[in-house]
Amino acid sequence: MTQATTPLRTEVAGGVGESPTRPDGALKVRGEFAYSSDMWADDMLWGATLRSPHPYATIRSVDVSAALALPGVYAVLTHEDVPGHNIYGLEHPDQPVLAETVVRYQGEPVAIVAAEHPETARRAADAIVVDYEVREPVTDAEAALDPAAPVLHPHHPTGNVVRHVVIRRGAPDPVADVVVTGEYTVGMQDQAFLGPESGLAVPAEDGGVDLYIATQWLHVDQTQVAHALGLPVSKVRLHLAGVGGAFGAREDLSMQVHACMLALHTGKPVKIVYGREESFFGHVHRHPAVLRYEHGATKSGELVYVKARMILDGGAYASTTAAVAGNAATLGVGPYQVPNVAVDCWGMYTNNPPCGAMRGFGAVQAAFAYESQMDRLAAALELDPVELRMRNAVAEGSVMPTGQVIDSPAPVAELLRRLRERPLPPPAAIPADLREMPGGVSNTTHGEGVVRGVGFGVGIKNVGFSEGFDDYSTARVRLEVIAGEPVVSVHTAAAEVGQGLVTLQAQIARTELGVPRVTILPANTAVGSAGSSSASRQSYVTGGAVRAACVAVRTEVLERASDRAGRAVTDLAEVDLVGLLGSAAVEHTVEWRHRPTFPLDPTTGQGNAHVQYAFAAHRAVVDVDVELGLVRVVELACAQDVGRAMNPDAVVGQIHGGTAQGLGLAVMEEIQVVDGRIRNPSFTDYLIPTVLDMPPMSVDVLELADPHAPYGLRGVGEPPTISSTPAVVAAIRAATGRALTRIPVRPEHVVGD
Amino acid sequence: MRVTVEVNGQQRTADDVWPGESLLYVLRERLGLPGSKNACEQGECGSCTVYLDGVPVCACLVAAGQVEGRQVRTVEGLADGENLDPVQEAFVRTGAVQCGFCTPGLVVAAHDLIRRNPHPSDPEIREALAGNLCRCTGYEKILDAVRLAASTVDGVR
Repeated sequence: MTQATTPLRTEVAGGVGESPTRPDGALKVRGEFAYSSDMWADDMLWGATLRSPHPYATIRSVDVSAALALPGVYAVLTHEDVPGHNIYGLEHPDQPVLAETVVRYQGEPVAIVAAEHPETARRAADAIVVDYEVREPVTDAEAALDPAAPVLHPHHPTGNVVRHVVIRRGAPDPVADVVVTGEYTVGMQDQAFLGPESGLAVPAEDGGVDLYIATQWLHVDQTQVAHALGLPVSKVRLHLAGVGGAFGAREDLSMQVHACMLALHTGKPVKIVYGREESFFGHVHRHPAVLRYEHGATKSGELVYVKARMILDGGAYASTTAAVAGNAATLGVGPYQVPNVAVDCWGMYTNNPPCGAMRGFGAVQAAFAYESQMDRLAAALELDPVELRMRNAVAEGSVMPTGQVIDSPAPVAELLRRLRERPLPPPAAIPADLREMPGGVSNTTHGEGVVRGVGFGVGIKNVGFSEGFDDYSTARVRLEVIAGEPVVSVHTAAAEVGQGLVTLQAQIARTELGVPRVTILPANTAVGSAGSSSASRQSYVTGGAVRAACVAVRTEVLERASDRAGRAVTDLAEVDLVGLLGSAAVEHTVEWRHRPTFPLDPTTGQGNAHVQYAFAAHRAVVDVDVELGLVRVVELACAQDVGRAMNPDAVVGQIHGGTAQGLGLAVMEEIQVVDGRIRNPSFTDYLIPTVLDMPPMSVDVLELADPHAPYGLRGVGEPPTISSTPAVVAAIRAATGRALTRIPVRPEHVVGD
Repeated sequence: MRVTVEVNGQQRTADDVWPGESLLYVLRERLGLPGSKNACEQGECGSCTVYLDGVPVCACLVAAGQVEGRQVRTVEGLADGENLDPVQEAFVRTGAVQCGFCTPGLVVAAHDLIRRNPHPSDPEIREALAGNLCRCTGYEKILDAVRLAASTVDGVR
């Protein structure tokens, strides 16, 4: 790793900068870690959900009598049974808990059932009779812009436009020597976490409910659930159950309110577990996009302007579409210095599946387009694509299209230089090992018709919540003596979703307090909000909160030690904690915020909207069977600046996983939506990379500290997902000469006419 | 119906089993063994991999009635008390576990691989694990884990 930071003075093993193993690792390999779908209670019931088969329809009537008559059925509930407000949503409350008179997407929940066996619950759901008047769905996001299009949310003030983001910088009509244009399309990607939506709601004696749930943000769930149940927030207690991956798909509610409604109605614990097919209907997806770009440059390859018009299909409900559009627009020209920028980005309502957060959050769609454009521009200029990128790369001090100055390291050119200088993998072996050929053991080629290609991609991502959002986390840190030994306990509501935040919180506590024994308490709503495990923000924000709470504890301990010693004690290492504390505990709860961000000007898109920028770059090497259109990725090399590698092994793990999801979007992953209907809701038909699809990945981690961030760290999780996709596609283009303007790339795009 | 099966060396009985239930459901919901995971329940992801009479299978694809009188070994049955199996130990040490939902299935699949082939090559590891999906790791550290387990193992228990 390349380090430009001062090493921390860590006297205790397992602190910041080391890679201790996960505290939950042993439980997970033993099969003893309790995920949300593993919850169980005596006498519990199973919930099931009846969903709309139509993308757009009016509900004339719902008849639940046949379902209620089935033996073993305890409850069948519809919108009439929602105790509080039948509406929720992360940014715009626009989505009913259960549909009332209209359904706006295939899979929208209409009724819920509780029964003593999951099969009974499913059969009861099937027995509910819904009389639909089917309507013509709006399935084209661009057509939804047409003033004549049906308005899907009559109360929304701007018709079918969830948000239109405008960015204007520099001259309105710039002129350039060389101009390239392109239209790019991004298919709908699924987060495809492995642990399905699930949880257990337990009715409580105080009339409230305890919900054991896999989520990314306990408190935003709590607020929405309480609102829908008509209960005070204090009576809706959420407990984080084991989370089987998230990637954005657990930001929105799925079965939370449903399980609570059934539990409160029946007085029994109710468990809901989606199957894989239902999961495809149970969460939002990555926005499909159409992106039209025009890049102008001088003859020597300096960018003069970028114009972009992006349309993101938000589907039936807003979810985080507005913020996704904000990201796509503000990051829309990529990590490049561009003096003149005109970006318009529309996030749209349609009757397609709702779209919202997925790792990369708007930056992914834009990056495929701007990186494809950079390659096209390099070709027009007869310049090396890496050279063109390095010549235009942002650096610390560069101005973004929003007017925001990048005020911490931005080593974009350095990332690219490192990748370019990396030795290339050797050519495919002869005779070929079939497992290393495109098509694999399908035995489609022994090397004939196989062409190798190399491509590069680089991306930019904002870290943390942007545009003026009050983004904070809360940590409670307690130091006490247990069995003759000092012990620190850390309590936050931050969601461990697999990324290793539990490990990191303990590392921070060890470094700040010099105490080896640290316990991470279960995350729940008994402590203040930690914000979301998304936007690559938890190491920064909850990490910052844990550090701040540790500092408060340390300060008090040193004060007590000074009082006792009658002199100033300034080093915790001098303090006999066991003697000083005795049976007393020192505890502090701190709410910690990163520096504020600001809204974008609605007409110019100017504003310091982002907290921090993060960068990653990839080089992809592919072998393509140009006769059959089959692709095998041979190697993916990543270079990323992480500011400070808080846990180097976990950092590399994030980069591997993000890279894999980017590869998936490049060549295999797409939810096929036809006329508003999902055609492939299964892992048989929605393909995510297997170990045979993934190549060896090398990772080059830079540590150029961000002076504004705790420990200098930079968010890690999302950037690699952004840059691996365009790198893979560029490599396929290099092998085939095809334009490849749509992802995922399919065999027919490679073979073509 | 009643199902009697040996699980991790113990005779177990489940009553009132609906004939449509899978082995996975019986393990998870009737026998208190939720370690085998319910990620796809259609045999695509390998998260529910268990040994059935010594052969790895997707527990979601086995009907409960098919295991009557047979032997099942789940991820919960790999460790020797407090001591993790070398494959489990290697997964923890190499950082092959993130969210961990794929882990039980991968641990059983890797355990089976090393039992059959104590020193697998990388292509052999990839082939053996191709039926197990992981969404978090990109598989790189899972390969590390299997290599480590193979290098340290003097006979997988």
